Parts: sequence; structure tokens; C-alpha cells
Amino acid sequence: MAVIKIPNNKTPIKEQDPKVRAHNFKEVVLGYSLEEAVAEANRCLQCVNQPCVAGCPVNIDIPGFILALKNRDLPKSAEILKSYNNLPAVCGRVCPQESQCEGRCTVGKMKAHEPVAIGKLERFVADWEASSGDVKIPEIPTQKRGKVAVIGAGPAGLTVAADLAKMGYEVKIFEALHAAGGVLMYGIPEFRLPKSIVEREINFIRSLGVEIDTDSIVGRSITISEIKKFDAIFIGTGAGTPSFMNIPGTNLNGVYSASEFLTRINLMHAYEFPYQSDTPVRLGKHVVVVGAGNVAMDASRSALRLGAENVKIVYRRSEAEMPARIEEYHHAIEEGIEFHWLTNPIAYIGDDKGNLTAVKCIKMELGEPDASGRRRPVPIQNSEFTIEADMVVEAIGQTSNKVLLSAFPELKLTSHGYIEADPQTGQTSVEGVYAGGDIVTGAATVILAMGAGKKSAVAIDEYVRSKKISK
Amino acid sequence: MFEITSKEKIATKEYEFWVKAPQVASHAKPGQFVIVRTSQNGERIPLTIADANVETGEIRLIFQAVGKTTYEFATMKVGDSLQDVAGPLGHPSEIKKYGTVLMVGGGVGIAAILPILKALKGVGNRVITILGGRSADLVILKDECERNSDELIVTTDDGSMGMKGVVTDGMKALVKRGEKIDQAWSIGPTIMMKFSAYTAKDLGIPIFVSLNPIMVDGTGMCGACRVTVGKNIRFACVDGPEFDGYEVNWDEVMNRLRQYKDQEKISLENYIAKVGDLSWL
Repeated sequence: MAVIKIPNNKTPIKEQDPKVRAHNFKEVVLGYSLEEAVAEANRCLQCVNQPCVAGCPVNIDIPGFILALKNRDLPKSAEILKSYNNLPAVCGRVCPQESQCEGRCTVGKMKAHEPVAIGKLERFVADWEASSGDVKIPEIPTQKRGKVAVIGAGPAGLTVAADLAKMGYEVKIFEALHAAGGVLMYGIPEFRLPKSIVEREINFIRSLGVEIDTDSIVGRSITISEIKKFDAIFIGTGAGTPSFMNIPGTNLNGVYSASEFLTRINLMHAYEFPYQSDTPVRLGKHVVVVGAGNVAMDASRSALRLGAENVKIVYRRSEAEMPARIEEYHHAIEEGIEFHWLTNPIAYIGDDKGNLTAVKCIKMELGEPDASGRRRPVPIQNSEFTIEADMVVEAIGQTSNKVLLSAFPELKLTSHGYIEADPQTGQTSVEGVYAGGDIVTGAATVILAMGAGKKSAVAIDEYVRSKKISK
Repeated sequence: MFEITSKEKIATKEYEFWVKAPQVASHAKPGQFVIVRTSQNGERIPLTIADANVETGEIRLIFQAVGKTTYEFATMKVGDSLQDVAGPLGHPSEIKKYGTVLMVGGGVGIAAILPILKALKGVGNRVITILGGRSADLVILKDECERNSDELIVTTDDGSMGMKGVVTDGMKALVKRGEKIDQAWSIGPTIMMKFSAYTAKDLGIPIFVSLNPIMVDGTGMCGACRVTVGKNIRFACVDGPEFDGYEVNWDEVMNRLRQYKDQEKISLENYIAKVGDLSWL
């Protein structure tokens, strides 16, 4: 039997030089050429048990699209990808592949081998299709099966809408903001996920017949009783309201929630103020970012790009507990973000005009494991110290937004204030009402929200059909 | 798109517009606001809904040109369209029978007090209204407020109309003459709301104020509009905009309103450099 020889490492991908990219908002990762992509596709074993597929929340036929790419049949590769995933260019860029498909890749389990760069290949194929100018629109049944209302045009809502449209439903998405995309537009920065790519994938979903009503706030500009006229409802409003440390000085000028800071930059394009955008953002010189998740990485790297002289991440636990994706962490280090582990802010200090001047912190140490299984950080007595700062961004998580929930009191909520929904179907406590994404799970990932949307699309189809038969 | 159907200049740099926004018009209640974007690259600003016509699907917006966005809005014409109008947002005012209510409005805040006083009058309250302005020409909507009030008092800083003085002088005069007020509202410049809240507290009158901080989304997503009320951080967009005037940390509200003062100036200067002289507004 021939011994399979596979290069140990992923085919390197071009990136903007860290010194250059730290001062612009252009995409960091530049992507593969066709030859590089084919070389990487050749690293895939096409193994029989396909562990990668099981690792994908939307169960993409990964070996299938990689095989087509290997054979240089790019239209076929794109078709396979799109039949599972309505947002492949987005997912190729922002999915945590290391803990999903790539984390289970057989090649990655071989001694001294990195897994196949599945995410980068997904991105390559999706970008190729878009640039080919020949985006295939699947045939949509003309006989309509019913009408579905989707609340929120983020990853969950867009996915459920696209899948239902493909099945032959009339779908209307109600989006509170002026642009569709949810966290893809207001949360994830341009340098990780260019907005033109998000718009391109949303336009594809529109081309399936999905109608998107922006500036529509369900519970305010449309009531729940109006929306109940649809055959079924899907709620994908996201987690949606920022948590604050609630320490003294939280309302000083210069203290931001990551949600506000990133919304100003991403949705409102504050980095192009004043010429291309009317929305300003503070240009901090000495910036402290609280937290060490992906949002903290995005916020710190954005602050750097706005011209900060130094950006420090403070995190109350240690590097080992950091929740950010490893790729984002490495990018942040390369760009010069400083990390202060086991450090927690205890007060913000301001001047007489209410402007932030410093952050008072305390050193922490890890104690006994807490409910999350991670060792609980506890303050070290008399270890307070001060960091000079004119801007702070708190990236410490979110809770559920109450605008919709308070208008829909029949919906049963969890003890954490999120919507109670069946994990397999998204069915809520109200008949015909489904929910998925962060409003069910609390802040999680784009792809998990999309996975929830896919499951709900199937469940909604079954529900609407059974309801129409019984009539 | 949200078409402008009528426009009127009601004072120096103050304008009244009616805009097509049927979804907003059919759901709006007194005390609520909309988020407006004038153009593609525009910022999101909150504006109070001064009135709504369900039949025509129009809402009435009254504002003062103070920065780039409001200057741009003020230069728009009938037939033009706003990029975005989202709402109604915020909690409506609590409209019920209190007895005698005192409605204090100042500057462009008079436009925000008007729909509330109309509704309060509509449910049978005795309505006493105090309108304040620097001078007579800045006391907007006087006749409309008068028609919907049992008594109207005007105060001007320069004495060019009504009583010479500020709104708090009017408040004190009412109590002095023996008027028993069950509930007050004060809407206007932050400094006016601050002092009318202090005065109301001295006089033992409960008072609501409607805060107008800097907002981005207006739906509770970002926390830009946060304010300390009592001991808690509240979001004006979803927890307000009305709060108990006694409990608001006024100095913080005023500091936070000044956050982007320098950028706002740059933005307006650039705009004027682009479109030409706007001193006629």
C-alpha cells in the first residue's frame, strides 16, 4: 500500500504586514490564489468517516466541496457549499474552525500535521464564485407554501429566511437597524469581515425572494398581534444589550461598551469621520480594553487602527482561560496589543470635566474552580495599581434585549432572561413561534446561530404544512 | 424612504416637518421618539415625535439646527426623503388622571411637551403650562399649547413676552398663589430640566423629565445614552426617555452631552464649507 505523503503544514496564506495593517481597516487575511487553494485541497484525505462534517454546525459536505476544488471544478464546489451554507464567505472568515471542522480533521490528528485549512478553502470558493460574476440562484418553487415572519436580520434570521425561501415560503425579515446583517454589520470589524462581503451574501439571500424591512422594530413599529398574522414566526434578535462592570466611573466620558464602540466603527463607519461618515468616535491615545474574548480582540485592534499609541487588554483570568480564537489572539499580538493577565479594573478615574484619565486595577490570582469549571479569579490584597488611560472599552458580554421580549409576555424565558426554546427545533412556549441564536443561547458564535436557523427552518416547514393539512 | 410632506420655519433655526412614516404614525404615543438618518452616511439622531396622523401616515418632527445632521435636515425640502426613520422608541408618557398637572417646556423641548399635555388634557386633567424661552420669538407653539391648556404662562429671559425670568420663577409663582400641583413634566434644555427638577423637589411636586442624550441605535443595544438615575445605570432609549427628575445625575448627563463637542464642530464646519452659508436657517 502506498504511503500517503501530505505536507505537514497548511498552505501559507497571504496577510497584510502587521506594521501596515495596524493603521488601516482593510482586511488582514488576503486569501489563497487558485494554485494555493488546490494545493491545500490536495491535503484533504477524502477520508470515509468525514469527522469534519459532524464538527460543522450546518453539516456542510466538506470533503465534497474540497474534492470539486481539487478537480478545479469551482462552480460545482460553490454549488455544494451553497446548498448547505447561505453565508459561506462570512463563515470561511469568522467561524472558529479550530474547535469545529478543523478540530476534528483526520489530517490534523496525524503526527506533526496541521488540519486542512477548511475555513480558508470555504472562503476561497465563495469569493471565487462572487468574483466570477456567475452566482447561481437556486430554483425557487413558484407555488408558495406559506408566509413566515423573521425578526432580526442577523446570522440566525438570514439563515432561516434563506432556507425557507428555497423551500417555497414567502419570508419577510423585520430588522430594527437601518442595515441588514446584525452582528456581521455592527459587531465584526471590516478588517476581519469586509462589509461588502456581508452585503454580497445578503443580496444573494434577497435574490431568493426574501424581503428585508429595515427600520422595523417588532414590539414598537409593528406589534406582536400584527406579526401573528404570519403562519409562523422566527425570533433571532441576538443577545443585544451590553453588560457593564458597574464600577465607580462607568459613565465617565471615554468609557464605552464594546457594543457602542464597535457599532460606531462598523455600522456607522466612524473611522471615516468626518468626510465619509457623520458619526464620530473617541480617538483614544491610551486605551484599556476589558475582557479577552473575540469582541475584546476586535475592540483593541480597532482602537489601534484609529491611532492609539498603546492598547492594553486587561483580563481577570490568565492566558489559558482566554476565550478568544487563537488566530485573533495571534493577530492582536503581532499588531502590538499588550496583554495584562490576572488584572481587573476596580474604578475609573476622571477629571473635573467628566473625562476618563486612568483605570484603577487590582491583581488577581486563580483560586478554586467556579461553576464554569474554570478557576475563579480572586483579588490579591493591596495589589492595586493605576493605568493611565483616556479610553476604556468594556468587552465583558451581554444580556438579553428586552424591547421585543417585554412586548411578548407569553414567551417563556430562561432564568438568565433568554428565550426558552427546544434545542432541536427552536420551538418556543408559544405555538408557531420559533427562536434561535444568541437570544436563546446567550452570546455565542455566528455559525451556531446559523445552525439554529437551519434546524428551525425544517421545523417551521413541518409545522406550517401540518397546520395547513389539519385545516 | 420617508418623504417630507410639509416644512415650516417656526423660529430662528427651528423647523417643523411632517414626514411620511406610516408604521411610526400608527403606533406612536406621546413621549416617544424616532431615530432619524438624513442621508446614506448620516448619523442616527433621536427626535421627539411631536404629533402623528394615523390617516395620512405622517409624523411631525420639530427640531433646532444645532449640528451637521440637523443643519442638513433643515435644508431639506418638501418632496425630499429622509434615509431612515425608526420608531416609535422609548416608553410612552404615563397618561392618566392626576388632577392638576404642570407642564414646563423650554426651547425646542416645547415640541416634546405638546403631545403629552394634549393627552393629559384629553383624559381630564387640569393643565397648567409654562413655556420658557430666551426671547419672545423662541417661544414656539404657543397658541397650540394655549388651546390645550387651562392656563398658559410664558417666561422670557429678556421679558419680551410674558413674565421676565425663567421657568422656575413661573413654577414658584404658581405654588405661591396656592396652586396644588399633582404631577409635573419638564422638557427642554438639560440645564432647564435640572433646575426645574430641583425647584419641583423644593416645592414637593413630583416631576418627570425627558432626557435627550447622545444615542446610536436607540434600541438598547449600545449603552451610549446611559445615565445614572438613583443608584442605577439606566438607558434613556429603552428605560426612558422619561425619568423621575429628582433621581437624575444631572452633571453626568451634561458631561456626556459634551462628549463629541470638538468632532461636532468639525463636522458642521465641513458641511458649511461644502454647501455654503447657512446663516439664513
